[in-house]
Amino acid sequence: MPALKNMPLPAILVANDLRDGDVVFRAADGWTRDPRAAAIARDDEAAQALERAGAAATARQEIVDAYLIDVDIRSDGAPVPRHFRERFKTLGPSVRPDLGKQAEFVGYARAAAE
Amino acid sequence: MYRYDEFDERVVRERVAQFRDQVARRLSGSLTEDEFRPLRLQNGLYLQLHSYMLRIAIPYGSLTARQLRQLALIADKYDRGYGHFTTRQNLQFNWPKLREVPDILSLLADVDMHCIQTSGNCIRNVTADQFAGVAADEIEDPRPIGELLRQWSSLHPEFSFLPRKFKIAVGASENDRAVLKAHDLGVRVVRRADSGELGYEIHVGGGLGRTPMIGKIVRDFLPRGQLLAYVEAIMRVYNAEGRRDNKFKARIKILVHEIGLDAFRDRVEREFAAVGVAAAQDENEELTRIAACFAPKPYARLLARSDSFEAAKALNPAFADWTESSLHPHHVEGYAAVTVSLKPIGGVPGDMTSDQMRAFADIAERYSFGELRVTHAQNLVLPHVKKDDLFALWRMLAKSDLAADNAGLITDIISCPGLDYCALATARSIPIAQAISTRFADRGRQRDIGPLQIKISGCINACGHHHVGHIGILGLEKRGQESYQITLGGDASENAAIGELLGPGLGADDVPPAIERIVDTYLELRNEGETFIDTVKRLGVGAFKTAFFVGERNEAA
Amino acid sequence: MKLLDGAGVRADDYERADAARAQALPAAIVPYAELAAAPPADGRRRVGVEVPNTVAPDQIAPFFGRLSLIAVGFPTTGDGRGFSLARRLRRAGFRGVLRAVGPLIADQFPYALACGFDEIELPDSSAQRQPPTQWKRAGAAMTLWYQQGYARPASILEQRRLARQGGQNV
Repeated sequence: MPALKNMPLPAILVANDLRDGDVVFRAADGWTRDPRAAAIARDDEAAQALERAGAAATARQEIVDAYLIDVDIRSDGAPVPRHFRERFKTLGPSVRPDLGKQAEFVGYARAAAE
Repeated sequence: MYRYDEFDERVVRERVAQFRDQVARRLSGSLTEDEFRPLRLQNGLYLQLHSYMLRIAIPYGSLTARQLRQLALIADKYDRGYGHFTTRQNLQFNWPKLREVPDILSLLADVDMHCIQTSGNCIRNVTADQFAGVAADEIEDPRPIGELLRQWSSLHPEFSFLPRKFKIAVGASENDRAVLKAHDLGVRVVRRADSGELGYEIHVGGGLGRTPMIGKIVRDFLPRGQLLAYVEAIMRVYNAEGRRDNKFKARIKILVHEIGLDAFRDRVEREFAAVGVAAAQDENEELTRIAACFAPKPYARLLARSDSFEAAKALNPAFADWTESSLHPHHVEGYAAVTVSLKPIGGVPGDMTSDQMRAFADIAERYSFGELRVTHAQNLVLPHVKKDDLFALWRMLAKSDLAADNAGLITDIISCPGLDYCALATARSIPIAQAISTRFADRGRQRDIGPLQIKISGCINACGHHHVGHIGILGLEKRGQESYQITLGGDASENAAIGELLGPGLGADDVPPAIERIVDTYLELRNEGETFIDTVKRLGVGAFKTAFFVGERNEAA
Repeated sequence: MKLLDGAGVRADDYERADAARAQALPAAIVPYAELAAAPPADGRRRVGVEVPNTVAPDQIAPFFGRLSLIAVGFPTTGDGRGFSLARRLRRAGFRGVLRAVGPLIADQFPYALACGFDEIELPDSSAQRQPPTQWKRAGAAMTLWYQQGYARPASILEQRRLARQGGQNV
């Protein structure tokens, strides 16, 4: 399956868990809820591999709505989405800091806010 | 309140079992996501930004204390301890799990509730005047018509795969509190001046969203007993001819606009003649059966004036402030309908915690025959409170942080969930509402400004009704940033109007000062006793544009 | 392709054909464009037509007497025009077989039957994922309905009235 043309890199693959709805990321092996553990694609080939993994997991009824998002890499190596929409998706509602990934992965959220 | 009979109960129970089976088929791969989506949407289940979201139907905005307690239980057991009331009088939970939704639906069925058709391209949950059955100015309680339509439209074999969603609102008063004219179909009970006969005025083709339109009258008097036949005719014409080539042109308002009201009316009348009204007697019988559930409450015989209420107001200015914005005339002497604002200063509009739900259920049982209402402005109403009880009620509300004294004022802001939750949103809405609310927190200032409706949507779909806000705010994306367009002069009442764009989009931080400049302009230009919307209508948006731009320059400098 | 009706899966004895070939077949479905040229159905031959869901019932009503089947296309799962078309064809007096053709899902089966369809012709892709047992179960999921006048047993309104009128058990 063809990857998006001109997909800005680096990128990570984000999706929702089919059963629970939680935001999940493609990791080196399987899926993770921790954005810091997301596999980072730095070239087209790696991005296409992520998309293939997403399509396969979609076909196995594990996830839904998988797509690539472009990220900046922080000094600690963690990916932060460039678009504000995807930043909210990886963090949680900005009006409820006690909910979502920002509450679960406090260190990630604090650094992402900077 | 309507109570399910054995048939209604079996319908929702079967529906729960059906959805359980549909979920199982989805998880096994029998159904693809594309096939499952319309099924889950017709059960109110969305996939949002962070999670699934479940939208629970609150037909015509009426709830009982028992139902609210059950919602609190669901919030605690299956969600994160809170819910969000919407502009369509529904309640949303933001964190349910797909695999648990059948269990949630089962708990809802235990209290005569469901999520049927709160989303999807079908006839949606019917909304109504929040003061239905209470208001001194209504011809009759419109909720039985809402219930009649709810039943008729539920799991409709022909109209469950429409070109697009279809929203119905009902009302029975000259004063439109249900935004009838912004609905695909608005039904208003009217009385013929000459004969006194009751019937319906039918509005069609209203709607907000990408192409906002005010509904038009397709029938000025439809006799009793013919409502379902007439609505069936409208739905059949729409289902057959509504556009399906472009999602953004698929609402009935576009069909009415493109072929013209007269041509649309001709088609509907022709279809109506073919449908026939042979079932008119059935409809009237059914309406009578339903109406019996909405019989008047066992009110006490009271004097119109309550001495204890007047005394409490005189002694307690904070209470007096609250009564000033919260009370609506009740048709029974000695009673009032009380609006309970879900807009504490700086809070999330329409959110309520499970603890508040339980406390409010107790309050409703103690002071309002166990009944409450949800308003399209994301507030609650206690419909039947003795004036003698108002002071005690206010103190109890305050204990649960539910005594905000701003209903109808500038900080009583409608806001959709926006990009904090919604997958469709282009920008956040709630933080804008919070910032404006905080800026105008002072009660004296709010009272001086008077009635003013700010409505915020986080995308063009306009769930926050921004088009009909006196001040409307629309959140968009502009060059990778959240950007907000401001409109003026929208009106959600019987004088419905679409707001006019004031100028180019603003960054989030610039919105509260811009609102302040608009309000200051109003304060400067208003005549004695003139409301904000009347001043805008008298002077036009132009008068505010100048101030808006001048202010922009000054602040940029 | 798989053909389902209220009783389960059935073999499809109709063949798709143009008007000329239909002359020689015992059961043929012709495209809408060839309707006027198609041979009439009679005691030996069955003839159907496949119409798009945008067709006006008036356009085919003159041919009702010559048709043993009308197949209505459902281009997508979510396109519900065919339901209203079926209603109108029945109202206009068509008594032959009404067939829905397209990627419907099991949950739409009872709706299709209620609107006047007799059978559903599924594309292989969706038929493979949805075995007939699912269609049977989906057909029985709801046993009650509020709407009157559709092709199914008494509505809730009718049952309520019966109950009111004295006790007939429902």
